[in-house]
Amino acid sequence: MSSPDEVLDPELKLYESRKSVFPKAVNGKFRRLKWVIMAITLAIYYITPWIRWDRGPYAPDQAVLVDLANRRFYMFGIEIWPHEFYYVAGMLVMAGIGLFLVTSAVGRAWCGYSCPQTVWTDLFQHVERAIDGDRNAQFKLQDAPWGPKKIGKRLAKWSVWLFIAFWTGGAWIMYFADAPTLAVDFWTGEAAFVAYATVGVLTLTTFIFGGFMREQVCIYMCPWPRIQTAMMDEKSLTVTYKEWRGEPRGSVKKAEAQPGSFGDCIDCNQCVAVCPTGIDIREGPQIGCITCALCIDACDSVMEKVNRPRGLIDYATLEDAELEKAGKAHNPVLKTLFRPRTLLYFSIWGAIGLAMLFAVGNRTRIDISANHDRNPVYVQLADGHVRNSYTINLRNMENRPRDMVIGMTELKGAVMWSNAGSRDGAGKTLVTKVPADSVARLRLYVAAPGEGPVREDFALTVTAADDAEANDVDEVFFERPETGE
Amino acid sequence: MSENKRVDKPTGTETVGHEWDGIEELDTPMPRWWLWTLYATIIWAIGYVILYPAIPMIHSASEGLLGWSSRGEYAQAVSARERELEPIRQALVSTDIRKLHGSPELMQQAVEGGRSAFKVHCVQCHGSGAAGSAGYPNLNDDDWLWGGDLEAIEYTLIHGIRNPDHEQTRFSQMPAFGRDGILQPTEIQDLVSHVRVLAGREKQSAAATRGAMLFEANCAICHGSDGTGDRTQGAPNLTDAISLYGLDRASLTNTITNSRYGVMPRWGQRLDSATIRMLAAYVYSLGGGEKLPALEATATTPVESDGDEQS
Repeated sequence: MSSPDEVLDPELKLYESRKSVFPKAVNGKFRRLKWVIMAITLAIYYITPWIRWDRGPYAPDQAVLVDLANRRFYMFGIEIWPHEFYYVAGMLVMAGIGLFLVTSAVGRAWCGYSCPQTVWTDLFQHVERAIDGDRNAQFKLQDAPWGPKKIGKRLAKWSVWLFIAFWTGGAWIMYFADAPTLAVDFWTGEAAFVAYATVGVLTLTTFIFGGFMREQVCIYMCPWPRIQTAMMDEKSLTVTYKEWRGEPRGSVKKAEAQPGSFGDCIDCNQCVAVCPTGIDIREGPQIGCITCALCIDACDSVMEKVNRPRGLIDYATLEDAELEKAGKAHNPVLKTLFRPRTLLYFSIWGAIGLAMLFAVGNRTRIDISANHDRNPVYVQLADGHVRNSYTINLRNMENRPRDMVIGMTELKGAVMWSNAGSRDGAGKTLVTKVPADSVARLRLYVAAPGEGPVREDFALTVTAADDAEANDVDEVFFERPETGE
Repeated sequence: MSENKRVDKPTGTETVGHEWDGIEELDTPMPRWWLWTLYATIIWAIGYVILYPAIPMIHSASEGLLGWSSRGEYAQAVSARERELEPIRQALVSTDIRKLHGSPELMQQAVEGGRSAFKVHCVQCHGSGAAGSAGYPNLNDDDWLWGGDLEAIEYTLIHGIRNPDHEQTRFSQMPAFGRDGILQPTEIQDLVSHVRVLAGREKQSAAATRGAMLFEANCAICHGSDGTGDRTQGAPNLTDAISLYGLDRASLTNTITNSRYGVMPRWGQRLDSATIRMLAAYVYSLGGGEKLPALEATATTPVESDGDEQS
C-alpha cells in the first residue's frame, strides 16, 4: 500500500491554465479573404442602423429597427408585430439550417471567417501586433517584468481594445432606437438607463471575449464546434495537413543530406505560429480548428521559399484526402458540393424562405379579436330584446389611420352599437376609426330579439372601409336567458 | 486525543486529532471569503437592527432610526396615488354633470374610477357585474325605476332610496294590499292575471278583465292606467320585459299582498362627491344610460387604445 504522501502529486492540477496564443502575422489569399469579410461584416454591423427607410408620417424611418418600447420590429419593407414573432422564429430556423448547409458543404467556414468572435478577435490581434509587435516580441513582453515600457504598451493596447469594445456596444443599441436621436441623447446623458447599461455590458464582454478569452470561447463556451462534428461528413471541406506528403518531417538541410528519406514538411512550425487558436494542424482535424486557413497561407509561403509545391496544408474533404493519398484524382468539385445532403438542406432552407416570403406578402394588416363579456353574460332589455356585449380589439397594422367597418354574420334581427354610440343609432354595421399602427379597443353591444336559442354562434367581421380585400373575422356567440318561468 | 494532532504532509494541514479505523480528519480552516462574508453579514445585521424595526416588544417591534414601517410605506403609496388623482377629482367636481359628455377624456377617467369604487361599495347588492338579482336592480339594462340619465343616477346615489331620516331621499311606498286587508286573496289573483297580461306573459282572460278594474281603482294612480309606471315616484313600468321581483304568479302575489320596500344607502353621507360622480358615470356607462332630457349627448367617447399607437 502506498502512503497518502505518494498518492497526491502537489504539482498535479485539476485545471490546466491557458497557454497564451500570440499568432504571427501572415499574408496570403486566405488572409486577404479574411480582410474582405471582416470589412464587410463590420460595415454591415456599424452602418445598418443608420440606413433610412421612408415609411410615411406614422412610422419610424429607420430601415432596421427593433422597437422594443412600442413592440415593433422593422426590417426594410417589413414590419413585424409581436403576434407575428413566428417570422423571427422562421428566420432563426433558416439561420440554423443555413449553418447546417454551410457546414456540410464547406465545413466550419462560419467559424473561420464570419463569426463575430472570430472577427473581433482577429481585429484585437491586429491591434496587439501593431502595439506590441509580432509573435516573438509579444512573448518577450509577456515574460518581461512590469516596467514603464510594458505598462505603457499594455495601457495603450487595452485602451484601443476598450475603444473598439465601446464602439461595438455603442453600435448595438442603435438597432433599438432611432439611431441619430439616440446618438445625440447618449452623449448628452439623456438616453435611457438601459442604453448605457447595454453599452457597458457589451463593452465589457467584447473587451474580455476579444482581448483575453479568445479561442477559449470557441473551444469551451461555444456549442457549435460540438454540433459541427455531427454536421460534417467525409465530403465536407476542412483544413487538412497532408501527412502522407509531409511526413517524416525534416529540415531542408537534412533533406539535402539524405534525399528521399524526408517528406515535404520542413518542421518550420509556421502553421502553429500563425494559428489564432494555438493548435498544431498537423495533429489532424480537431475541435480547436476554426478553419480560418491562415496555416494554409503560412505553409504556402514557406513551400514557395523552399521550392516545393504549395498545398501541403490545404482545404480538402476527407474523401479527397484519401483519394489523394492513394494517388487518385479528387472528386469533381460540383459533385461534392451538390450531393443529396446539401441539396436537402438547401431545399428545406429555401422552402422555409419561400413560405415566409409568401406569408409576408399575403398577410392582412387588419385584425379583429372579439371576447364575449361574461359579467353579465346577457342583459334583458325592456322591449324583450336581449343584449350581449363584446370587448373588441381592432388591429390596424398599416402606417396610416383607417376607417374600419365592423359587421356581423347572420344573427336574426340583431343590431350593434358601441360604447361611443347608443341603441338609437344602432345598425347592422358600425364604422370606427383606428389610429395608424395601433390597436383600438371598444365595447360592442349587440341586441337581438329574445326569442331564439339559448346560445347562438355567429361571427363578428371587420373590413377596411377603403379595401374590401382587407378583412378579418372572429367567431363569437350570443346568449339568451332560458325561457319559461 | 488532541495530543494526536499532526500535520498532514501532502496538504500541509493539521488534523483534528481523531482517528477512526485509520481514517483521520483534516482541520481545514473555513475559507477566508466565507468568514469575511459572515462578518459582513453580522455588521450588516447590527446596522439593520438599529435602522429598521427589529426587536419584538410587547405591543409592537422596536421602531428603528429610519422610522420605516410597512404600513407607513403603504400609506405613503396610497396618498401619493391620491395626490396624483386629485386633479381628476377636482375637474370632475367642478364640471357640471350635465356637461360631462362634452369632455370624453374626463368621462372615461370617471368611468374607470367608478369601476373601482363600484367594486368596493356596490357589488354587495348589485353584483360584481352590476347585473343585480331579485330585488336588486340590474344596472346594465335600459329600464330605470328613478331615471337613467347621469343627473338622475347621481341624485339616486347621493340621496339613496327610502332613507327614512332623509328629506330628499327617493321615496315611495306601495300599500301591502293583502296584508292590510285592502284586497281579498281572490281579488289579488285577478290582479296578478291582469299584471301578467300587461307584461305579455298571459293571454287575456275573465280573471284579467276583473283584475283590470281592480288595477284602475287601486294601482293606476302610481303605475298609470296603462301600467307604464311613473319615474317620479319610482313606480315600475309593468308592461316591459324587466321586473325587479319576478313576473311569475307566486312572486306577483307576494308583491301585491305584502308590498316591497327596497332600500339603498344614501352615499352622499359616506362618499365624497367626486367618487359619487365617478360611480354615476360608471353606472351610466354600463349600456343602459339615458341621455339627459335637455342636452343632446355628444357621442364621441373615443375608442381606447392599448398604448400601441405611435405618437
